[in-house]
Amino acid sequence: MTRFADLHLCAPFRNEEQLKRMTAKSFEMGYRLVGIPLPPNVESDQVKRVRKICSEVGLDLVSRVDLTPKNTNELLASLRRLRRKFEVVAVHCISKPVARQAAKDRRVDLLSFQVTKPWNRFFDRAEAELASESLASLEIDMAPLLSLDGSLRIRLVSSLRREAAIAESFRVPVVISSGATSDYLLRRPLDYSALAMLFDMDSSLASRALSEVPCGIVERNRLKLSPDFVAPGLRVVRRRDP
Amino acid sequence: MSRRVKRRYLALKIESAESLEEEDIKDAVWNAVIQLFGEYGASQAGLFLVKYDEKKGEAVLRCSLKALSMVHASVASITEIRDKSVALHVLRISGTLRALSQKR
Repeated sequence: MTRFADLHLCAPFRNEEQLKRMTAKSFEMGYRLVGIPLPPNVESDQVKRVRKICSEVGLDLVSRVDLTPKNTNELLASLRRLRRKFEVVAVHCISKPVARQAAKDRRVDLLSFQVTKPWNRFFDRAEAELASESLASLEIDMAPLLSLDGSLRIRLVSSLRREAAIAESFRVPVVISSGATSDYLLRRPLDYSALAMLFDMDSSLASRALSEVPCGIVERNRLKLSPDFVAPGLRVVRRRDP
Repeated sequence: MSRRVKRRYLALKIESAESLEEEDIKDAVWNAVIQLFGEYGASQAGLFLVKYDEKKGEAVLRCSLKALSMVHASVASITEIRDKSVALHVLRISGTLRALSQKR
């Protein structure tokens, strides 16, 4: 059975009531793995509390941090500090140098771009080539597609169409996330798959972007963060009893 | 030569804080199709609201098979009706009404 994942559920983690409502809704929609963005300075107790709320409704929580660095130095410093603290690291690229650095850095999982300014979306062929050689995926949030209208939505769909085509030709994985800030903006995986046809993504690719690709990222990172991980391709299988 | 038009039925779940009338749902779906695919796209959709249960918040929508993905995307894109937040979810899709009710 397909295991659907939503790596960007923007549930306010401090508001327990809304968090419970949104996670329950997410489970009802068919998701089993959710990524909730947490602040970089989050305490482990708070993560445990959110994890408990998620597990109560039947969801597997993925801790995620969203970085919005102003320059490459800030990005590198944040990655050094936070990579081992979170299961998924997403970089919101607001400038071209940051986008290029994020695309080639193997510690970055997701690349996301500004929604309302198409000239600030830097996912071009050069960016895709860099991303294809590292581990970064392109993240497409669906909430803006639902909430925007008129020329803003037209421009966004046009940008997404171009980016999805570039990603496919350079074999850069695409992750479709809800980006939902309220339960009215949450949709079922099949609804997202249908919406992906707006930017010419075929349904099998969209289905992969909602299940296999995000689950693969989480699995890979959990393996790396486990104490048994030594190096890529090398892990401790058994320890001798003391 | 005229060919029989193949149709699909979509079972919808409507989530809204306020109760909505049949006309509201119809208008919202038509407007969403026109907004996303234009009048040319809407003319191919063959939209028809077969059933609407206001109490349960459930509806059955009919469309042509050719326009199924268009209608599905349009239904999913609806976020507001009468300036109130709503969400329409496609629960099931089937070729006949009988099969749609059996899929529950």
